[in-house]
Amino acid sequence: MGRILLYSLLLLATLFFLLPVYLVLLTALKEPAKITLDTVWRWPDPVYWESFKVAWEAFRPKFQNSAVLALSATALSALVGALNGYVLAKWPFRGSNLLFALMLFGMFIPYQSILIPLFQFVKAIGLYGTLWGLILVHVVYGIPIVTLIFKNYYSEIPDELVEAARIDGAGFFGIFRHVVLPLSAPAFVVVAIWQFTQIWNEFLFAVTLTRPESQPITVALAQLAGGEAVKWNLPMAGALLAALPTLLVYIFLGRYFLRGLLAGSVKG
Amino acid sequence: MRDRITAFLVLLPSLVAVGIFVYGFIGQNVWVSLSDWGKNPAQALALRPELRFVGLENYRELFTGFVDTRFRQSVVNLIFFTLFFMGGSLGLGLLLAVALDRGPKGEGFFRTVFLFPMALSFVVTGTIWRWLLQPQGGVNVLPTLFGLPPLGFPWLTTRAQVLVFDWNQLPLYTAFVVGLVLLYLGWQAHRAGEGKRRFWSLLSASVLLLWAFTLGRHVQLLPYPEPHGFSLALVGVILAAVWQMSGYTMALYLAGLRGIPVEVLEAAKVDGASEWQTYRHVIFPLLAPITLSAMIVLGHIALKIFDLIFAMAGLDYAPTDVPAIYMYLLAFRGNQFAKGAAIGILLLLLVAVVVIPYLASQLRKEVRR
Repeated sequence: MGRILLYSLLLLATLFFLLPVYLVLLTALKEPAKITLDTVWRWPDPVYWESFKVAWEAFRPKFQNSAVLALSATALSALVGALNGYVLAKWPFRGSNLLFALMLFGMFIPYQSILIPLFQFVKAIGLYGTLWGLILVHVVYGIPIVTLIFKNYYSEIPDELVEAARIDGAGFFGIFRHVVLPLSAPAFVVVAIWQFTQIWNEFLFAVTLTRPESQPITVALAQLAGGEAVKWNLPMAGALLAALPTLLVYIFLGRYFLRGLLAGSVKG
Repeated sequence: MRDRITAFLVLLPSLVAVGIFVYGFIGQNVWVSLSDWGKNPAQALALRPELRFVGLENYRELFTGFVDTRFRQSVVNLIFFTLFFMGGSLGLGLLLAVALDRGPKGEGFFRTVFLFPMALSFVVTGTIWRWLLQPQGGVNVLPTLFGLPPLGFPWLTTRAQVLVFDWNQLPLYTAFVVGLVLLYLGWQAHRAGEGKRRFWSLLSASVLLLWAFTLGRHVQLLPYPEPHGFSLALVGVILAAVWQMSGYTMALYLAGLRGIPVEVLEAAKVDGASEWQTYRHVIFPLLAPITLSAMIVLGHIALKIFDLIFAMAGLDYAPTDVPAIYMYLLAFRGNQFAKGAAIGILLLLLVAVVVIPYLASQLRKEVRR
């Protein structure tokens, strides 16, 4: 492959990946009345910032829902995962490997196959339409992947460290608190990034289990863009808003992002 | 001893939760799929509906019933979507990885650009591409910037189909394809000198193919021909999905390419292999395991694709239906819970077919190590 060919290929690919983003920006920065199909690629003149303000007003409650949902579910599932991984890696008991394998199975199921019983269950315990219901669901279905990541990570910690602390008289939680936890930062980062992006971007549970007042931003965006009469500046500004948190994570923590991606890529 | 009990108690809530939310719910869903929930509107929305056992009736209706032709088109759509989405993401991902592996200037920039759609939600991607694929705008008017006439392809709004076939032929085609795959596996086992595997693959292949050419030709799922085909409205959806996921395959392939020892490439050069030959006979075979895992991941995503299509075309647009969409529509808009549950179970079986052999082979590899 010659150099010229190489660079034209890369340039073409860059256009393919960035042109959609460019169009989103163009559209979001146009006055609604000036958005016509045959002039979509023309630069907005004058630049119109109002759409972002309107979109922010419209999406702010949903954005807050998403933030509360993603942050609390991520924190809870990281905690659960750390404890599970600690037990499975450092306190194995007879049959614990089998139980772990059975747990991992939950990672691979398509959620359509449990959606109807889940819907009934969440309704029956009175959490349908609340953010708490959705948090619970995300924490539970996150158990397999977070346990896997923490177990793999803790397996690398030498057993001698745990053994020494035990001889010094430390118990189960003492060892966790003083030996294991201080070494866990990288695993927490990977799990936090993975769960945060997954939960922020999730749609199926969100659309099935929420009412308008508890909707995350993905559901609100899908419904806004799905309405026929809408002007496109709002969905585009909304798409940027919905994408912003995970994009920031990707840009600033890309290294860890990729690691989580490679670790948890078969999650349902 | 006390610590051991504590350890078990710490794990217990997660075990119970997964037990209920995964195994319990799958069991309950199987039961719902064998019931008549939704047939009687009075029962449909009751908190404790009375379910009557109807056996496999829901499954039978989905595949051969008069009203569920839309489900059958959704299955055909899923097959074509999965094939083209996997092919596109693997092909583009490999191409980009090979290009980046040759060390162009600004490699980090290109890598970031190719991978960023991975950070987006399928809903965001769908919204963006829905706008890009407007028949009179977006991609179609791009050529006019260079003074060319606009494109005329109506993307998501087309109802055209190609590769149309009769639903009654489906068992025949399936048996034929599976038979060919088994033949190929048998041939590989033959080359590897694994007698037992060769025997079983060839035996099952010949049984299948024999069945296909004798009895299979006369199977009638429906009393009338029912045409289904590759719905061209999916082209836009496939394009958006490839846009989102090919960066991921690129990252996988790039890691693989970087992992190939320099000595291997040197050796190929010493042996006088041309560049193309090196790729063909040395590098691509070394990347085969990566292709396999990428196929599993992409296949897994494809089989349960829902949010992308929801955002691009909505729930009520038959040409882009897939089973996950139709399931949601039946259960949560139409209160046909039993039939929706049946589709959920079918999806679970499909995913199991893809994932279980892969997990088994991974496990075997781990044991061997």
